[in-house]
Amino acid sequence: MSFLIEPVDRLIREFSKLPGIGPKSAQRLTYYLLKEPDEEASALAEAIQNLKKDIRLCSICFNITDRDPCSICQSKERDHSTICVVEKPSDIAPLERTGKYKGLYHVLHGTINPAQGTTTENLKIKELLSRCQNGSVKEVIIATNPNMEGETTSLYLQRILTPLDITITHLARGLPFGSELEYADDMTLNQAIEGRQKFKQ
Amino acid sequence: MSRPRNYQTQAIVIKQIKIGEFDKLLTLYTAEFGKLKAIAKGACRPRSKLGGNVEPLTYSSMSIARGRNLDIITQGQIIDGFPELKAELWNISCSFYIQELVDLFTMENSANPTLFELLLETLHQLPKATNKETVLRYFELHILNCSGYRPQLQKCVRCTAPLKSTTNFFSPREGGILCPLCAEKEYGAYPISATALKTMRLWETCDCDTARRVKLRPALASELAQILQNYIKYLLQKESKSISWLEELKRSSFDNPPRTH
Ligand SMILES: [Zn+2]
Ligand SMILES: [Zn+2]
Repeated sequence: MSFLIEPVDRLIREFSKLPGIGPKSAQRLTYYLLKEPDEEASALAEAIQNLKKDIRLCSICFNITDRDPCSICQSKERDHSTICVVEKPSDIAPLERTGKYKGLYHVLHGTINPAQGTTTENLKIKELLSRCQNGSVKEVIIATNPNMEGETTSLYLQRILTPLDITITHLARGLPFGSELEYADDMTLNQAIEGRQKFKQ
Repeated sequence: MSRPRNYQTQAIVIKQIKIGEFDKLLTLYTAEFGKLKAIAKGACRPRSKLGGNVEPLTYSSMSIARGRNLDIITQGQIIDGFPELKAELWNISCSFYIQELVDLFTMENSANPTLFELLLETLHQLPKATNKETVLRYFELHILNCSGYRPQLQKCVRCTAPLKSTTNFFSPREGGILCPLCAEKEYGAYPISATALKTMRLWETCDCDTARRVKLRPALASELAQILQNYIKYLLQKESKSISWLEELKRSSFDNPPRTH
């Protein structure tokens, strides 16, 4: 890529580091910005800079926020007796979009993965435990991903939360909407059969 | 055995690394080709047909295409998903350790059907066993045996004298037992009781099912754990990460402690 001038080459390289962006797309984005008016490029640059500047973790739920505690933890509309435990901040938006959940969250920032050296120490597990010990929490919903690390984390959380007098639940497992029975794996089908439900009247 | 351009194999997924948003780089263990690395494209998408078929700790039949750099998994169908293993924290954690040892003791593209059988059998035995530690010890001894590190348990590794039924010594450096006389000159050998030696000799000859039915006193169990793990640590030149996790779990089991013996 030495035939490119340095600023162009640099931006292409930066774009290619982003998820889902290959070298081709990075080039397209860079040349697009080159053609745009200066204000457009500056607005983008500013948005990127502010992203990191004002953002920190909520001291209660560890979601990313621009004020502490975050708007969810501060809200009086929300049910403060229910905590939904998720792996990462980006898991919250899809749950919020459903509009079904009115409780609080707790972000673990990862999963237990002993082979890669991630254990309970590296996650916000102690913090979850102390939130659950203050007596106001009645239910913890474990919403870790339905894969090996997510399961291990879920089993560990069940174990440390069981001695407390709270209800522990996990999200239903089964067939994703839009999938086909024929291609579902056995694990998913097992869980779908075990978790079958009566039709709502 | 070298791999054809397109091939079918039955593999146990022993490790995964997420690549980008949706792909996974898997480490597979197979009877025919030994350890393999292959990409499962799009496996993390919710509607992926690979999905649960290529999760770690799953025994699947796979269709794989040889790629320029890495092989690519085109299809997968679960043979055994080890659901009992995945349903319990202690079981899962023990299998993390087993998978890690297989990964550490093997090289890519070097078939070892005995090791494959051992891995599969251990994953079946674990959920059935009440004393899971014995299953782990049995596995440790046998992965050593089939990887070329079989410890010499019959005679002194130094002077080849037959071993007396007394306290002898285990030397990780020599890879076997030293008689008390030879052990005097060997730094880093540690005592092994006559019962521990007898137990290891029994495990060498019996199957896992039999081994796990023999009850061990806690002191003997921890002696065997120490001998085998010190030897493994010496060979690998490092501590296994999953064994540290097992230790952490044991320490933190204030409620419903795992049955370790
Ligand atoms: Zn918050
Ligand atoms: Zn000797």
